[in-house]
Amino acid sequence: MGRTLAEKVWEQHVVRRADGEPDLLYIDLHLIHEVTSPQAFDGLRLAGRKVRRPDLTIATEDHNVPTVLGPITDPVSKTQVETLRKNAAEFGVRLHPMGDAGQGVVHIIGPQFGLTQPGMTIVCGDSHTSTHGAFGGIAFGIGTSEVEHVLATQTLPAYRPKTMAIEVSGELPVGVTAKDLILAIIAKIGTGGGQGYIVEYRGEAVRKLSMEGRMTVCNMSIEAGARAGMIAPDETTFDYLKGRRHAPEGEAWDQAVAYWKSLRTDDDAVFDKVVEIDASTLTPYVTWGTNPGQGLPLDAAVPSPEDYTDPVARSAAERALEYMGLTAGTPLREIQVDTVFVGSCTNGRIEDLRSAAEILRGRQVITRTLIVPGSMLVKHQAEQEGLHEVFKAAGAEWREAGCSMCLGMNPDTLQPGERSASTSNRNFEGRQGKGGRTHLVSPQVAAATAVTGRLTAPADL
Amino acid sequence: MDKFTTHTGTAVPLRRSNVDTDQIIPAVWLKQVSRTGFEKGLFSAWREDPAFVLNDPSYEGATVLVSGPDFGTGSSREHAVWALQQYGFRVVIAARFGDIFRNNSTKMGLLPVILPDDKVEALQAAVEADPKLEVTVDLDGRQVRWAGESVAFEIDDYTRWRLMEGLDDIGLTLRHAEDVAAYENGRQPWLPTTV
Ligand code: SF4
Repeated sequence: MGRTLAEKVWEQHVVRRADGEPDLLYIDLHLIHEVTSPQAFDGLRLAGRKVRRPDLTIATEDHNVPTVLGPITDPVSKTQVETLRKNAAEFGVRLHPMGDAGQGVVHIIGPQFGLTQPGMTIVCGDSHTSTHGAFGGIAFGIGTSEVEHVLATQTLPAYRPKTMAIEVSGELPVGVTAKDLILAIIAKIGTGGGQGYIVEYRGEAVRKLSMEGRMTVCNMSIEAGARAGMIAPDETTFDYLKGRRHAPEGEAWDQAVAYWKSLRTDDDAVFDKVVEIDASTLTPYVTWGTNPGQGLPLDAAVPSPEDYTDPVARSAAERALEYMGLTAGTPLREIQVDTVFVGSCTNGRIEDLRSAAEILRGRQVITRTLIVPGSMLVKHQAEQEGLHEVFKAAGAEWREAGCSMCLGMNPDTLQPGERSASTSNRNFEGRQGKGGRTHLVSPQVAAATAVTGRLTAPADL
Repeated sequence: MDKFTTHTGTAVPLRRSNVDTDQIIPAVWLKQVSRTGFEKGLFSAWREDPAFVLNDPSYEGATVLVSGPDFGTGSSREHAVWALQQYGFRVVIAARFGDIFRNNSTKMGLLPVILPDDKVEALQAAVEADPKLEVTVDLDGRQVRWAGESVAFEIDDYTRWRLMEGLDDIGLTLRHAEDVAAYENGRQPWLPTTV
């Protein structure tokens, strides 16, 4: 019987397998940031251990950093960033600190440097590590104990998750993006639908996505509960990688590509579960509730708890409506927002900024609008293309790179009761600041919403 | 990590689904660089509501949290586990858990127990009827017991053994350092390094 892509990559990385034990898996790349690493480095120090492979490890500062120029003013955030600097220096780990040209959100810089390649195992103390699976590797988030384990041994004991195929047939209609696709998938399978699985996204619509779009889809795999999401590498992947700083060169490139081409699910392989979705039926999606599975087409209205027969879903909807300050039956297009955020590891890449700029060109925003590039390299490229001028002329704020308003750890937050349209990945209660209310959207919908002040698709303008 | 064999204590029912780790410990609490003091952040936004179940004095001292489905979804923050443990919980019972949270729990010796929906519901109702009800979570026998009920749960042998022995994963892996070195010698030559 043939093997799935996930099985191939997994098998390639098994260091040791014994009956009744999890596999010991080799980790090709370990990404680190300031929030989930301090206690792990402390653990190493206490045990007198070293980082086994600093040359397979890279660190950046992203969660705590302010996105306006200047130092960190919050003393606790500052200590955390300084602790990372101390640890990186002591253990010999490459670090891209604030202000450095290579700094950025951890899941944006890996692919950008060409460090994320097909067939690799990649981990980070961050659940959105699933982003890197867009290149055809197995990439997943881990906790701090596991961060310490990888630092000390470059391996992880793990059971191989089951495999799920999400087959996306048809083509995405014009104006419908990778973000809408993944929001629709999560709405369909639910926040627990992927638990225990590695998801492989397949089918025509997936093949047609750019690398940026594929990263957006894989990024949010965790919001469906999946441990990882992946997409088989193809010419789109190779074109993206070619010439990047850490991509192979010359003969090594040819060898690598030959191997990468073998990284696809065999025709006779069997997935543990298959989910089908028709891309041609999709329209722009937005979330109305407090988990990413509570999403609907923008054409819909706020649902009523009575719409749900399952008592758990009903009480979740009741609670969500109360927290979100929404009334059942209100058309989603009538929801007014106070703030628009374009950025994060879901939608903070150059293509996302281009699509937002296209909508904002020659228009004016009427809400507070933050445009935050996912990395300093994205920022630099956007400025070379003049996108920052478009944003500024529209009245939006053009910021420095970081996680920004994706989570309430840095100065970019919502005030209690404030409502945002956000290109990030989590609409959890308080995610963007205590009492803040989040609607997840694509960059295009975010930009159009900034123009009208209520949830809007570009086609409505 | 402390050994876990059998634990008996009182329980607190958390009648919510999708309790994500942002709720268990909001991001502002993640800025600390130490491993202690996270109990103050546990459910800190929800605890501001006097009607929140953890503020109910009848559940004081509870060591078993009985939650709705999809507990611990979202962010990978292990701080969620630390906060629960430092607040006093030894066990979380739910019908479904976020994968990363469940993994993190077993690394730290907080036992995540999966019971069927109707059993979770029954236990929640029993605890609501009698907040002083004793609940026994027997890892050795893979059973949860209360008031004459006894419900089996599944956990893989290896994780159970590790929890019962209180073993640290790094120490276990380092016993196989030779295998790791051998694997490293055979890695594909084009794989990137960060240097
Ligand atoms: S952008 Fe958001 S989701 Fe991504 S790493 Fe930063 S905080 Fe996490």
